[in-house]
Amino acid sequence: MTTLKETAVGSSVNVKRICGEGDLKRHIMEMGITKGVEIYVRKVAPLGDPIEITVRGYELSLRKEYAELIEVE
Amino acid sequence: MSFTIALAGNPNCGKTTLFNALTGASQRVGNWPGVTIDKKVGKIKGTDSELVDLPGIYSMSPYSPEELVSRNFIVDEKPDAVINIVDATNLERNLFLTLQLIDMGMPMVIALNMMDQVRQLGDKIDVDKLSDGLGVPVVPISASKKENIDDLVAQVMSVAEKRKSPEPMRYADDIMRLEAAAEVALEGKVPQDNIRFYAYKLIEDDSAVNDKVPGARDSLKMAIKDLENQYDDTADSIIADSRYSKITEVVSGAYTRAPRDERGTLSDRIDKIVTHRILGLPIFIGIIALVYFIAMYDGELGTSPGAAATAWVNDVLFGEIIEPGVADWCDSMGVSEVLKGLLVDGIIHGVGAVLGFLPQMIILFICLVILEEVGYMARAAFVMDRIFRYFNLSGKSFIPLLVGTGCGVPGVMSCRTIESEADRRITAMTVTFMPCGAKLPVIAAITAALAGAWWVGVLAYFGGIVLVIMSGIILKKFRHLAGKPAPFIMELPPYRLPGLYSSAKTVFDRAWAFVKKAGTIILLTVIAIWFMSHFTFSFQFIDPDEDMGDSILAGIGGVFAYLFMPLGWGDSWELASATITGLIAKEDLIGTLAVVLGTGEEAADVGEMLALLLPKSAIVSFFIFNMYCAPCFAAIGAIHRELGNWKHTGIAVAYQCLLAYAIASIVYVVYGTCIGDTIEIYSYVIAAIAAIILVYVLVAKDPFRQFSRPQEVAHDLG
Repeated sequence: MTTLKETAVGSSVNVKRICGEGDLKRHIMEMGITKGVEIYVRKVAPLGDPIEITVRGYELSLRKEYAELIEVE
Repeated sequence: MSFTIALAGNPNCGKTTLFNALTGASQRVGNWPGVTIDKKVGKIKGTDSELVDLPGIYSMSPYSPEELVSRNFIVDEKPDAVINIVDATNLERNLFLTLQLIDMGMPMVIALNMMDQVRQLGDKIDVDKLSDGLGVPVVPISASKKENIDDLVAQVMSVAEKRKSPEPMRYADDIMRLEAAAEVALEGKVPQDNIRFYAYKLIEDDSAVNDKVPGARDSLKMAIKDLENQYDDTADSIIADSRYSKITEVVSGAYTRAPRDERGTLSDRIDKIVTHRILGLPIFIGIIALVYFIAMYDGELGTSPGAAATAWVNDVLFGEIIEPGVADWCDSMGVSEVLKGLLVDGIIHGVGAVLGFLPQMIILFICLVILEEVGYMARAAFVMDRIFRYFNLSGKSFIPLLVGTGCGVPGVMSCRTIESEADRRITAMTVTFMPCGAKLPVIAAITAALAGAWWVGVLAYFGGIVLVIMSGIILKKFRHLAGKPAPFIMELPPYRLPGLYSSAKTVFDRAWAFVKKAGTIILLTVIAIWFMSHFTFSFQFIDPDEDMGDSILAGIGGVFAYLFMPLGWGDSWELASATITGLIAKEDLIGTLAVVLGTGEEAADVGEMLALLLPKSAIVSFFIFNMYCAPCFAAIGAIHRELGNWKHTGIAVAYQCLLAYAIASIVYVVYGTCIGDTIEIYSYVIAAIAAIILVYVLVAKDPFRQFSRPQEVAHDLG
């Protein structure tokens, strides 16, 4: 199982499943990270966290602790 | 006809620009009930209809105050129509909210904004196809270029007149069946107009809907579980998935993307440098330093425009023109000494001390609004998040704290740029721990009192930072004070040139809010303190330069003095009274001490006198308490604006005073014991209690921790 957290900068992946529940999971999905969507990992912040991704044509940043909840392939 | 129209849309989609273009100068700014979110209302140009600007939101979930305010307005106030503004360059994510609005059954028009940028990219949008796919009229516009605004208004008016609800969205059959069952369960319990919205929210297990119609979900439990098993996911995910699938289907048919420049857009290229792995931090520090040098700096290298403007207003406009001018006028008109004193030394001096910050604040706000509009603030948060999360704050808190070292008032007010309510409130409550410019004379006096000890200034700044960090840890544990923390999942909007009119308007609104405060609550408190220092308890007018010892203030100071006994400086009413006048402006503390102790006006003179009066440890405790207790009235007023009500403001001020008291008490006892000062038993007792409570609130388990740091939750469908 790979998660978005382990995905290398500069690579594209597809979302397989989103773990977690409630508020947080719904918020992740509302921002457009849903099953099957393509995510491109753009960069990591200067201090190593959070990361910046492109999803559905826009830029989104999220902490690695949340990226860990997103299973990808 | 006159209608009420709501304007809804995502953050960063040009909503404020469209609101300004539609309403022009007819705006009123207020607060939404119960929350500190600006509510803007204005008349749509050329009509009698009112436009209500809803907060920028991504969804109609009940998780942020912005979302709750928006959906309550639509459900309870039932506007005649909704303008849903959508960023055409970021269509898919923006349409998620649109689908929820359609579910709410609102007559609506989509304002497809940023069409100029779509053209610039070479993309094409088939507006008719988009409109057919969504079942809602779509008007392509550019709010910043004022394109097609008249067309939008005409469409909205016609939709509002017909009150025609959009057709429901069709999702997969099993979802539609469940939705129909949910409608049956809700029949008669919720307004019929919005039943579809409630039905989906019931399936999603929305907490606000569950509270409104308790038990309604029970009859659906089996059916929901079947659906969840079938899709191998939770119900709310299934619905979100279906919405996004629908959006992808509609958009792919209507949007034609031109091939992109291989080097990326201009925004991409700027971002590569600004948030660069190595350059990111130096650039952040550089930009912050630049803002500081433009708005706040006053020192060896010169004086910044902001500091110069404020110095001019304080020293020249009020000090040399208005105060002497009014004094002369009073003399020439034969106004009584009492009234003249009230007018000149009380009102004009007090309110002037507050209004003096206005030019500096305006310059600072201009810088901050530009950074915000350009899109840099989001990057600042991105770059700094790693550091600030350890204090339970976000990267955006850095700017208010830094500004707070110049003046707490603009520091507190610049908290407006922090989206997360919890972070905003906590930052607003802690900014004034940073030593501001007005505390510098106090630092100078205490340095003199301790025979030029170099560490006093360092202690002031270091202590301020420590208190901010401690407060971040403590305050997050009190949800009714701090609000709910939001997860750090943040859009990084493309870099854009700031709109001149919108930026100017924002600066003006913030400055005006401050002026109003200076004219009301600050004015009243200033008059009250002037009265207390110029009258005896038998309402005899006195000259405080001569016999302040007889004044009401001295009496009150005498009572308060008992409170400060455990801190080692409770023996004299003078110090307690000076602490009270410090509430007008912290530098007044030194002014009052100079008068009541009969020393020269220089901070150093006051310091030398303090050294004769108190042991070293008591001087340090006096210093610590006054550095970190309640800030001046102007700053309290600003805190009130950010917290929204007097109850929370009172709690915030009480918290600051108690924390200052606890720290002062502990330091007094520890430092005093080390250097061999005589310390009373009760001081030890109070310090011990303070230390125990402090340690407890610091290490106690955070009851809301799970919201800010998700545990690995097993994917459990049962």
